[in-house]
Amino acid sequence: MITALTSLTILGAILGLILGVAARVFRVEGNALVAELVDILPGSQCGQCGFPGCAGAAQALAEGRAPVTLCPPGGRAVAIALAAKLGVDADVSGVQDSVPMIAEVREELCIGCTRCFKVCPTDAIMGAAQQIHSVFREACTACGKCEEVCPTESVKLQPVPVTLHAWYWNKPVTQTMQTVAA
Amino acid sequence: MKLFKLRGGVHPEGWKGLAAERAIRVLPLPERLFVPLQQHVGAPAQPLIKVGEHVLKGQIIGASQGFISAPVHASTSGRIVAIGDYTAAHPSGLAAPTVTIESDGEDRWLETDSPSDPFSLLPEEIAAAVGAAGIVGLGGATFPSAVKLNLSRKNNVRTLIINGGECEPYITCDDRLMRERASDIIEGVRLIRYAVGAVDVMVGIEENKPAALASMRAAAAGTEVQVIAVPAMYPMGWDKQMIRALTGREVPADGRSADIGVLVHNVATAYAVRDAVRFGRPLVSRLVTVSGGAVAEPGNLEVPIGTLVETLFQYCGGFSEKPARMVLGGPMMGIELFTAAVPVVKGTSGVLALTAREIGSTQASPCIRCSSCVRACPVGLLPLEMAAHIRAGDSNAAVSRGLKDCIACGCCSFVCPSHIPLVHYFNFAKGELMEQERGKLKQEATRKLADERIARTQRIERERQEAAEKRKAAREAREFAAKQAALQTTTEVA
Repeated sequence: MITALTSLTILGAILGLILGVAARVFRVEGNALVAELVDILPGSQCGQCGFPGCAGAAQALAEGRAPVTLCPPGGRAVAIALAAKLGVDADVSGVQDSVPMIAEVREELCIGCTRCFKVCPTDAIMGAAQQIHSVFREACTACGKCEEVCPTESVKLQPVPVTLHAWYWNKPVTQTMQTVAA
Repeated sequence: MKLFKLRGGVHPEGWKGLAAERAIRVLPLPERLFVPLQQHVGAPAQPLIKVGEHVLKGQIIGASQGFISAPVHASTSGRIVAIGDYTAAHPSGLAAPTVTIESDGEDRWLETDSPSDPFSLLPEEIAAAVGAAGIVGLGGATFPSAVKLNLSRKNNVRTLIINGGECEPYITCDDRLMRERASDIIEGVRLIRYAVGAVDVMVGIEENKPAALASMRAAAAGTEVQVIAVPAMYPMGWDKQMIRALTGREVPADGRSADIGVLVHNVATAYAVRDAVRFGRPLVSRLVTVSGGAVAEPGNLEVPIGTLVETLFQYCGGFSEKPARMVLGGPMMGIELFTAAVPVVKGTSGVLALTAREIGSTQASPCIRCSSCVRACPVGLLPLEMAAHIRAGDSNAAVSRGLKDCIACGCCSFVCPSHIPLVHYFNFAKGELMEQERGKLKQEATRKLADERIARTQRIERERQEAAEKRKAAREAREFAAKQAALQTTTEVA
């Protein structure tokens, strides 16, 4: 009886100690899933999804309050990555739709008010007071904040121009599927 | 010599007879040349000249930028009349930065000093001369040759293979080059061998070019260069297929031929290397086959880089009938041209004008899973599986089945009894994946920018607060001191 008691007590103490140490060593700060989702999202904090920034959107996604297709600037690639991370089946066919866009300044309308470059979350607009502003294409995420604040409708989102470098073949249209269906 | 067994491949009708017996003719100098600044894999060249400037033939007009890049030279002497966008030799029909030269008719070379004996140069100097001459892989890959030479020397390449496998139907420019200028090619081959320090040198030529084999053998007699006949099949000109035929070794999936100690160059590249090293002449012209059922007099022309394709057709007697399709390159891997007003570039081996009979039907029907494409694929992939995944919108599944190893040779599309555009699917999926990759890189970059901006705004806010607190503290200290002083005066007065 006493041996059983002591051995169980010692066992319990040792296992408890291991658990206690493990809890300290492998401690997880916050929700790991949310952090991973934030990594997938574009990070421009544009707020187009209706949540306060990408962290807010990630929180909502982790809690299942938002669909994986919530991020317009992220497009289809982000939707697919989110669906894979969350292990959900998502219909991403409706996402691609929005052709990749980019902000463009119409120079004849720009009055150099600096409002757009103050709100740009990725510093993609260069300008100074009374100077025509300009957009760095590589840095623009097409979040649309500049379009909202522009007093003269000089900044507009435009489809990204196709370049020789970015062009690729379109998907072949074949009769095959229709023939099978019929 | 024993040859090794090959995988896959097809035997399309050659149509080489149209141009193979026509000797090389030099195209009369066109009035205007349109020289694109990017004719190679890698970074485009940076223009070095201004509009209105006069240039000499062989003068550098675009400087190489970065590690993988190549310079561009003026193909004739004359005046620069434009630097700007011009329709590129590309299936999209989009424009690319191009330098337009108006010929002065003199075709005067830039004076250069060339070594009396090129073999007295150091291997590095040969590689540098090849790089400065803007030589790129003339078999069609257009990879800068000097980069390959330098990498091969570093990797201690032992075997040099010279690719004389011209497997695309219709195209005969390398065949003619080997027949007519064999000794120059062999000298180029020996220079390349010397530059990389290779031990064995093999020239692989398909057995359907007996005249080229004979003249190359005669030119190589007494040298360390071995000329070997390989079976005639498509894609024999694929460098990895040539390596397999001659050495029996296979290049690993994401590897380069240097990984197994082999360097491969095309015969036309070897010819250009000889011109560059012996005479200091950069790559400003190349041989182009003009052929196809719709061309009145097919032939092989020596053409300055930047000549318009329509000029070549005109010189070959125009069209005997309206071409149903114009192709740049061979019919298997070439690209369809929607206009003949595009310039010949360093990688252009041929221009074809094909009749409706030569093209055949293209109506696709369902896959019958006959696996003809699997047997034809020289890489050993499953084209039908990959295409099915891509059609269903899952390009990533195609990648896991080896899409990235696909060389787009077109064997699968060629043999498909259902006429399924298999290679078109693969090209589309490769483009889509590239776009996703670019998107991901951009997203990472913009996220960094966003984080930096947030950090900056927070720092500015914090500094403003700190400054405000400092001001407040200073003001309070001043007020306190003043109060103290006032108190003291009152006590003193009292």
